[in-house]
Amino acid sequence: MFYGIELSSRLLLGTARYPSPAVLERAIKTSGAEVVTVSLRREGGAGRAGQSFWSFIQSLGLRVLPNTAGCHSVKEAVMTAHMARELFDTPWIKLEVIGDADTLQPDVFGLVEAARILSEEGFEVFPYTTEDLVVADRLVEAGCRVLMPWGAPIGSARGLNNVYGLKSLRAHFPDIPLVVDAGLGVPSHAAAAMELGYDAVLLNTAVAEAGDPVAMARAFALAVEAGRAAFLAQPLEPRDMAQPSTPVIGKAVLGGD
Amino acid sequence: MAKPTTIVIGAGVAGLSCALALAERGIAVEVVERGRALGEGACSWMAGGMLAPWCERATTEPEVATRGAPSIAWWAERFPETVRKGSLVVAQARDGGDLARFAARTERFEWRDADGIATLEPDLAGRFRRALFFPDEAHLDPRRALAALAERLQARSVTIRFGVELSPGDALADSVVDCRGLAARESLPDLRGVRGEMIVVRTADVSLQRPVRMLHPRIPLYIVPRGNGLFMIGATMIESERRGPVSVRSAVELLNAAYALHPAFGEAEIVELGADLRPAFPDNLPQVRQSGRVLHANGLFRHGFLLAPALAERTADAVQSMLQLETSHADLPQRRRA
Repeated sequence: MFYGIELSSRLLLGTARYPSPAVLERAIKTSGAEVVTVSLRREGGAGRAGQSFWSFIQSLGLRVLPNTAGCHSVKEAVMTAHMARELFDTPWIKLEVIGDADTLQPDVFGLVEAARILSEEGFEVFPYTTEDLVVADRLVEAGCRVLMPWGAPIGSARGLNNVYGLKSLRAHFPDIPLVVDAGLGVPSHAAAAMELGYDAVLLNTAVAEAGDPVAMARAFALAVEAGRAAFLAQPLEPRDMAQPSTPVIGKAVLGGD
Repeated sequence: MAKPTTIVIGAGVAGLSCALALAERGIAVEVVERGRALGEGACSWMAGGMLAPWCERATTEPEVATRGAPSIAWWAERFPETVRKGSLVVAQARDGGDLARFAARTERFEWRDADGIATLEPDLAGRFRRALFFPDEAHLDPRRALAALAERLQARSVTIRFGVELSPGDALADSVVDCRGLAARESLPDLRGVRGEMIVVRTADVSLQRPVRMLHPRIPLYIVPRGNGLFMIGATMIESERRGPVSVRSAVELLNAAYALHPAFGEAEIVELGADLRPAFPDNLPQVRQSGRVLHANGLFRHGFLLAPALAERTADAVQSMLQLETSHADLPQRRRA
């Protein structure tokens, strides 16, 4: 699914802002997620200052997707990616280049540039992007084989802001794994993304800051499964008129011919 | 006092509370501390000193509230400067939803409108439309509180030996209480450090009666009045074991919060920037672990002053039963249960 790696869970979880590492561990186990993101920059400090926490994440035995969260420039993001490869011994990198401090909106120009540099260096880039089709094209050209458009701004819990945009992205890239990353608030948002045919969802705050993160992790896992099953079952398209679910032949028809 | 039966290693809030709880039960105790003076190298020196069990409920396990609540009386009894005027929680207009969420997760508060806020904190009049007031909470000045504990220990003839580095295995006593915080990690492999940063500012233009929390998307921000125009602004929580000075980003966030609370903080003097590492176990809750005659009392995380009393009493219970086992025939002198 992602750069030749097959996964059984379609839920990817972030590891920040949980009440404690113990709760984080329980939430992840309950969710069945096989990939977790770890932010390098935000955890602060140069070198291996975050080693205790990172070791804890590694001890969970999951696939780690390191993250350049909090980087505002190409240079910063590339540097952080290098550090991540060294620390976690993985070519995977979730690439975030932030363009606006308030909305944490990706700087798509910097993103494409950083994606090109990192892809050429052999990284397998998971770019956090908007749902813009042309930007997505450029990212694929730059070497990305996964795209991660936002649902809504990070941490906003608004769900899928632009369903039309996400749909056309799916239609445009039938063969590139697509992940809705960021902005999901409740499990129905995740189900909606999966019903659009997205390959997976990535979220953090909605679980980490829920009153009961472990229970919420389970709720999201169920929603992702339901949404995926619904997509595979070929759901109906909305119609303008009612369509009776029981046959009407042989019944009195009001307002007939 | 007689030859110590128990040695406490570490004179931060954990060590001093444990030593006092032991001394109060009539156990002969001595404290050794690596630092040369009170507070040196102790992360409790950088603490906020909020005794806010119900506010903490917003982000922590219920245990923090249940174990933390009795600490208010514990401190008030031993440190009369403990201020019992509650605490106030506000949010900037754009984070209004966070206030409702905070309310849904906490208890023992009252909603206050603009007038209600002005009655409590006249200097905040007109600045916020709604706030949560937790009337039963308290706060204290951590440095003065540590000094008060040290004085109480002295009054009970408990020696605190500064500048002495001792590992629990080398301590000559019937029981050893290891309160070294992060320095004890060679014995406690699952202990980690969580970086916290704080700033102390001084201004005569703002006056607050009680800690004010400002809900913030990333940092649990609070401003605690320390008297004499001093305010402590805290505190970041970063999963990093970097020591060393406060980062610009953290300083900006902390100072912005103060400025958003009241613009007069813009003219305040920065008196101190501090950073240290909080010792924490994976569940972020304190533990008492026994190995032989050593009890490790550790992991107070961001709840040093709130949870030290409960940790101390639990530790004292454990020491008492350990000593009782050893002298199962001879009764301990002056034994007293709280």
